Amino acid sequence: MLIWLVFALMTGAAVLAVLWPLSRAEPADAAEAGDAAFFRQQMADLERDREAGLVSESEAEALRAEIGRRLLRASRADGRRGPEGEPALRRRRAASAIALSTIPLLALATYGAMGSPHLPQVPLAARMDGKEFDVGAAVAKIEAHLAQNPGDGRGWEVLAPVYLRAGRFGDAARAYQSAIDILGETPSRLTDLGEAVTAEAGGIVDARARAAFERALALDPANPKARYYLALAAGQDGDSARAADMLQKLLADAPADAPWRGAVEQRLAALSASASANAIVSQPQEEQARAIRGMVEGLAARLEADGSDAAGWARLVRSYVVLGEKDKAREALDKARKQLAADAASLDMLTALARELSLETDGTGARQ
Amino acid sequence: MFVETGHYALTLALGLSLVQFLMPLWGATVRDGALAAIATPAALAAFACVALAFSALTYAYATSDFSLVNVVENSHSLKPFVYKLTGVWGNHEGSMLLWVLILTLFGAMVALSRRAVPSRLRHLTLAIQGAVAFAFLAFIEFTSNPFLRLDPAPFEGQDLNPILQDPGLAVHPPLLYIGYVGFSISFAFALAALIEGRIDAVWARAVRPWTLTAWLFLTLGIAMGSYWAYYELGWGGWWFWDPVENASLMPWLAGTALLHSTIVMEKRDALKVWTILLAILTFSLSLLGTFLVRSGVLTSVHSFATDPTRGAFILAILVVFIGGGFALFAWRAPLLRQGGLFAPVSREGALVVNNLLLVTACATVFIGTLYPLALEALTGAKISVGEPFFNATFLPIVMPLLALIPIGQTIAWKRGDLLGTLQRLWVAYGAGIAGALVVLALVRGGPVLALVGIGLGVYLVVGSAVDIFHRAGGARVALPVMLRRALGLPRSAWGTAIAHAGVGITVLGIAAQAWSTETLAVVNRGDLVSAGGYTLRLDAVFPRTAHNYREDVARFTVLRDGRIVGTVEGAKRLYVTRGMPTTEAGIMTLGPSQLYVSVGEPQPSGGLGVRIYWKPYVLFVWLGAVVMAAGGLLSLTDRRLRVAAPAAARARMVPAE
Repeated sequence: MLIWLVFALMTGAAVLAVLWPLSRAEPADAAEAGDAAFFRQQMADLERDREAGLVSESEAEALRAEIGRRLLRASRADGRRGPEGEPALRRRRAASAIALSTIPLLALATYGAMGSPHLPQVPLAARMDGKEFDVGAAVAKIEAHLAQNPGDGRGWEVLAPVYLRAGRFGDAARAYQSAIDILGETPSRLTDLGEAVTAEAGGIVDARARAAFERALALDPANPKARYYLALAAGQDGDSARAADMLQKLLADAPADAPWRGAVEQRLAALSASASANAIVSQPQEEQARAIRGMVEGLAARLEADGSDAAGWARLVRSYVVLGEKDKAREALDKARKQLAADAASLDMLTALARELSLETDGTGARQ
Repeated sequence: MFVETGHYALTLALGLSLVQFLMPLWGATVRDGALAAIATPAALAAFACVALAFSALTYAYATSDFSLVNVVENSHSLKPFVYKLTGVWGNHEGSMLLWVLILTLFGAMVALSRRAVPSRLRHLTLAIQGAVAFAFLAFIEFTSNPFLRLDPAPFEGQDLNPILQDPGLAVHPPLLYIGYVGFSISFAFALAALIEGRIDAVWARAVRPWTLTAWLFLTLGIAMGSYWAYYELGWGGWWFWDPVENASLMPWLAGTALLHSTIVMEKRDALKVWTILLAILTFSLSLLGTFLVRSGVLTSVHSFATDPTRGAFILAILVVFIGGGFALFAWRAPLLRQGGLFAPVSREGALVVNNLLLVTACATVFIGTLYPLALEALTGAKISVGEPFFNATFLPIVMPLLALIPIGQTIAWKRGDLLGTLQRLWVAYGAGIAGALVVLALVRGGPVLALVGIGLGVYLVVGSAVDIFHRAGGARVALPVMLRRALGLPRSAWGTAIAHAGVGITVLGIAAQAWSTETLAVVNRGDLVSAGGYTLRLDAVFPRTAHNYREDVARFTVLRDGRIVGTVEGAKRLYVTRGMPTTEAGIMTLGPSQLYVSVGEPQPSGGLGVRIYWKPYVLFVWLGAVVMAAGGLLSLTDRRLRVAAPAAARARMVPAE
């Protein structure tokens, strides 16, 4: 609120400053008077120069004649004034109104579009003194430390994942590279480097990233992250079959509780979806319907087993509607809501879906 | 909150400059002095607002407030404090804010110079000035806003660009901008004269201090930029005919012409239309310079801004002001009353020739700079116009100009005596020829052009001294009288002589570079390399760590005739967090000459690649520019040019207060 008070005061000061001359009588200095005075001064200068012996007598004579001519001309030009009285008063009132409106309107409109009055300042010192732990300050300290001691590999290793999370992929890659240069190659450092490089390239596994993953794999042939990204690279090269093959092998080797199984399965599903979509289209109509129904049932079975996949549920509901089975769709929707009860975003998504497919005839909202 | 207050002040300045533009024009049309007088407080208030905005941005930089996008992109909490501050204008947005700050500062100064400028002229000048300020404020606000915020604020800034952490670069843009912006005042005065339909000696006197100020800062700015490129880039050259350099040279040439034609107008009431045209032209070239550097049309070592939308906006500003200026000129210039005719052999005649040569020189630089751009835009062909072109076109124009300087300086107004003038200068010719012969004898040969350059340089310096000598009475009076009179000469006479001597010093420095040497060598420890009569011995190659970089230093001992003169260190530097390598040239100053050591890559054979330059009298190049600027400053302090009138004039003008 204070800031608006300050703005109001500033605006007031600016407008008042501008209106001030209008409140006074017209200043007496007409342009012509200035000119005449100017030439008189030039004449005085000439006298002084002549007395000092800087200008010869004859030269001074000629100059005096010339300045005198100009002085006459300047004095002859009459100091015409604008008409005083009613029109001038009205004009000045109009000018005041324009100034009074233009300045605040232009300023507020522009500031309204470009400014952020609610944002507080966050100078570095304030962040350093902050009570709660501040990642920014910590990073700044580590960076300062590293600038002094660039040979501290541990520092780089600590800093790199923070950069990665902050979205500074280039810096992260550089930090990982420094850690590798100083502390030596390990599979995890190499795969982290590859991951940062891939992120910097917008998800494309480029030659540098691939080299890092391949070296990691040479050190640890079972390294799942390296295998995953190399499969991704194969897919990006257009070799879907090989990519799928590599991912399947990775899944086969994976322990059942590996947290990254989901990611691999998803990638695999995406690969096979693009492959099987082609396959289904080429089948006769009857078989097509059966194939689709088979896929839907497969999806339903998977969701019965693990109901945490919101996108999967949405796909299932949509599929039932497409197949004309509204009851089943509602059933799936209810199940999904029960499974995802803890996830507000997914619930909202489901509600929106239900509205879109007009499944909510009774109007019971999903918001709990 | 201070930062947002600064931003709001900037938008207020936008409104104020609009009022500053419109009200005086309205007031002048209806001849209402009070209405026109709004220009004065509006200009002052606009300056106060922009100053507040600038200090808010500076504050944000000083405290490393990374909630501003501009600070994040161009600062870093680890920067030395001084460079945090200079970082304010080390980037596009901040430098544009500095541009407008200087613009409004000059506007405020014009608004306050009541005793030097007649009120009608002053108000109209402020109106034009307000229009320029409005355009640039809108440009800043909508395309280059330094006050855009980030939420949440990132924890660290991104820029620790080591090349930009340099005292030369910290000082260079402000100097250049004062020059560019100063010419906007001359431009505003010119358009005001056109609107008023009147131009005379009063105008010339009012505008001259501004032109002179702009010119002297531009001179220093160009010299500083040149010296920065010389020692920071490690290429051993001091002028590359780079478009960015040319962009500042063109307004300088046109501004020099303007400075001289204004004198003719003040003294002889002549060259009115031409002077107006030059004022418009000079500011147009300043705008063009800003455009070339800021729009990213050029991609060069200097350009740190590249954004086509900004380019389009600046182009629009360019079209409006240059097009508008010339349109107004075409419409109103015929109304201006012409001054009297004058004889070709006279000071004014010499100044006309000076103007023609300067403008032609400016045109060749213009063509050499813009032709490649135009060709690329039209046909896509990339050509590079470099030193050979400028040597072939620029030098033949500048040489006669230099030869003319002492003559124009010495010859009388109105009706000059050419023969007498030439006779007076015989000492200068003699000195020039003798200087060239001495150099020829000492170095046994060298390019003819360089010898001519040496002769010209000596002739210019001595010619300036001769001018002062004759003005003070010369050999006709006794020596003590002559000296007393010389000291009593107007400061503008001294300023002229000193500035012209400065030109001579620069010419000497440039000519001497014909004898500079470049030695490429691969050296091992203990190896000797000779350059310019000195011998360098590589003593050690060792790593060194400073607070934010590591460097590999090569230390040479400099010997002359077996005696140790000193040591010089060149380095390859790596700024750690950015992973950015730079070359640090090692420079040893020996009198006005320099030894310049640039370290290259270590060779596989184990040696170190180095380039060693011997640069005889190279400091004269920049020393001359400083002397020129000093001459300009001295001339500026001349009583008749001072912005505020002295006591005598004040007493007479009391009713005007």
